[in-house]
Amino acid sequence: MLDRIIEILPELNTAFFETLLMVGIGLLVALILGLPIGILLYVTDKGLFWESRVAKGIIGIIVNLVRSVPFIILLVFLFPVTDLIVGRITGPLAASVSLSVAAIPFYARIVESAAREIDKGVIEAAIAVGASPWLIIKDIILPETKPGLISGLTITAISLIGYSAMAGTIGGGGIGDLAIRYGYYRYDDTVMITTVIVLIVLVQLIQYLGDFIAKTVNKK
Amino acid sequence: MIKVEKVSKIYETKSGQVVGVDNVSLEVPKGEIYGIVGYSGAGKSSLIRCMNILERPTSGKVMVDGVNLLELSPKKLREARQSIGMIFQGFYLASAKTVFDNIAFALKAAGVAPSQRKKRVEELLELVGLTDKINHYPAQLSGGQKQRVSIARALANNPKVLLCDEATSALDPSTTKSILQLLKKINQELGITIVLITHEMEVVKEICDTCAVMQDGRIIEQGPSYNIFANPQEKLTKQFIDTILNFDLPAKLLEACKGTILQLQFRGNLASDAVVSDMLQKFQVSGNILHGKVEYIKETPLGIFIMELLGETEEVAAAKQYLEERLKQVEVIQHAR
Repeated sequence: MLDRIIEILPELNTAFFETLLMVGIGLLVALILGLPIGILLYVTDKGLFWESRVAKGIIGIIVNLVRSVPFIILLVFLFPVTDLIVGRITGPLAASVSLSVAAIPFYARIVESAAREIDKGVIEAAIAVGASPWLIIKDIILPETKPGLISGLTITAISLIGYSAMAGTIGGGGIGDLAIRYGYYRYDDTVMITTVIVLIVLVQLIQYLGDFIAKTVNKK
Repeated sequence: MIKVEKVSKIYETKSGQVVGVDNVSLEVPKGEIYGIVGYSGAGKSSLIRCMNILERPTSGKVMVDGVNLLELSPKKLREARQSIGMIFQGFYLASAKTVFDNIAFALKAAGVAPSQRKKRVEELLELVGLTDKINHYPAQLSGGQKQRVSIARALANNPKVLLCDEATSALDPSTTKSILQLLKKINQELGITIVLITHEMEVVKEICDTCAVMQDGRIIEQGPSYNIFANPQEKLTKQFIDTILNFDLPAKLLEACKGTILQLQFRGNLASDAVVSDMLQKFQVSGNILHGKVEYIKETPLGIFIMELLGETEEVAAAKQYLEERLKQVEVIQHAR
């Protein structure tokens, strides 16, 4: 069995980094686009300074639309877009397109609910000293939600690892791909179990790291 | 300094319209401490929040320092708010920011250069007596200390007005006292006009020059605090005064008393005059004090005594008349039997 693991090691190594790449890109895009969308969802809510039923409604519908499509369908559905951006529809880079699209609304909702935890009074006090909306977002909302933003990123990362395995089934690469190819198509239990263990360790590590950082930045 | 004209605030809820503030007009002169009392739901919080447009009145006019806040553009309104400080019952400090950063935030909002912020924050902490907590987080502070930080934040941009929304309601009695002393100091030394809302008459007694009583969104009575305490007109006002000047006598005691029981009120300097001893020398009556208290309403004494007068009917009547002439406020609680 050990021989088999050693044999598969180079491939496992590549797959591991492919997974990290896919998840990393997905997280980055979630942070760049999901975070502002989440904040926008929050500040257009009732009783907040950019209260707007229309804006909140439109953004909300788009977010829900993407979230309600099962990931595997989204993956196939986005093939033309992927082809346009990456130039191919297989491989980890191609998979990261649909992973990113799934990650954006996922993280946006987490950001929104994290922001809702802020006592509205704190925002009111900031309005009362004459702060502009932009300053309130930058200096109050973001720092106050920081622990939530970080644990949200942890949750998103772990979900993305799960999604990346699905991407693997249609040639996306990564650990999931490896598990499917050897474990499922070739009944190679050793590879299957090894990949599962690698995934468990990876998820545990991410969770631990996320919790640790979230706890460090929390001043409550 | 503050002029509220015919302000109404109506809330649209699922079950219909709710009137928060109902056609209220009031004026707060410069340098005064103005108290608004009422039970929760009376609309006092809505009213004070209309004074810096945290809530936009449905109708009416809000003038602060000669400017109608309702006519300002969002940018101008933000500038105007920098000269209207506000503190809250829940303190509302940013938990992720240190004391320094919480106060510096107000300066940042006003566009004060970073190099000047440190000096100003230190000055403010000096004023509120918290210089040693500059790098603490709010979670490490007590309620009274948090309120001091929020006062420092509210005063950061040298406001002309300070609005206090139940600022002491979450604090214990001794902390309340120290915060009130701080507000008094701010009022006297910096000349800042203060409007505060509260449900505690103690607060009014301690620091307010003028007091208004609110019920169902309307101001039902207002005047100098002393007059409100000495001569309340409305039933609700009397209820509030009773929380400070309560003179319930045990029923057993009243039954046991044979003479005429009078409640005497001594206002201002009269409290130190020898009215009672003069009366006892002039008339053939004996007096027996059953209850009494002198309260200081913003440092002016208001004394209330309940005494039993014993003697011949005519003498007691004459003595009562004499007291009425000198005190103006004499009330018969129980006639002689």
